[in-house]
Amino acid sequence: MEKDQHTHIVKYKTYLYVLIALLIMTFISVAVTGIDLGPYTVTAALLLASFKSILVLLIFMHLKFDKKFYGIMVASVFLLLACVIVITFMDYLYR
Amino acid sequence: MDMNDHQVHIDEHRDDEGAKTGMWIFIFTELLLFGGLFIAYSVYRYLNPLAFHLAAEELDTTLGTINTVILLVSSMTIAMSISAMQYKNKKLTLIFMTITLLLALAFMVNKYFEWSGKISHGIYPGSMTLQEASRGELLFFGLYYAMTGLHALHIVIGMAFIGYVMHLVIKNEVQHDNFAILENSGLYWHLVDLIWIFLFPLFYLIT
Repeated sequence: MEKDQHTHIVKYKTYLYVLIALLIMTFISVAVTGIDLGPYTVTAALLLASFKSILVLLIFMHLKFDKKFYGIMVASVFLLLACVIVITFMDYLYR
Repeated sequence: MDMNDHQVHIDEHRDDEGAKTGMWIFIFTELLLFGGLFIAYSVYRYLNPLAFHLAAEELDTTLGTINTVILLVSSMTIAMSISAMQYKNKKLTLIFMTITLLLALAFMVNKYFEWSGKISHGIYPGSMTLQEASRGELLFFGLYYAMTGLHALHIVIGMAFIGYVMHLVIKNEVQHDNFAILENSGLYWHLVDLIWIFLFPLFYLIT
């Protein structure tokens, strides 16, 4: 099993494409700030940030090529964080 | 996968899987640490939308964008150093790691200019200017210094970690079949990148 995981080599090209995608998303989020979309500006910026972090987690941090177990753990932590955020805001909105 | 391979791993007293799992668990604690700060930020921003908007205009979007690009590129180079190690190319591994360290240094230099610019304008925790400012602006800059400061501390620690692993690579203690620590330093560096991906829009791109 260990051997399987270590023999997977990610190509330089893959990393380069991911970087280009990340840079494009960065520039889009900067450009979007210049346009007045009202409350959607924050939504757009956070959505792009989420896509960027998914790319970093899957490719740069090798979750796509590792055992599923790591991906499940990472997803659980983000789910926990999301729950805490929702609960905190429910408190502030409906107190 | 056959018994022989397995035997070799036992003889070396190594547990790469365990090392990586441990690193991930540490990363989870880091995510929750910054997660808590992000929650504090969101609540205060929700309560003081106008003050956050005004305060954010003090920040330099161009400088923030440059730092984002620097961190993204450095994340790619540290990831490439692992591939280079797997291809048994020690020289290229070290080159990629050196580029990562130089980019990290560039990030810190930018941060230095950014912070010293703010401080020379009288914007720093406890300054006279901020004491006269609204509560929302005070909160914004308090969070700005705390969160980007904690992030910068992580950059410094990451640089030290990568520097140490470079030393191990030079001494041939990290090899194409034994590079768990290189992978872990990479994971730490990507974490730093991941946090910045959220810090950047939340502090620099507020409209």
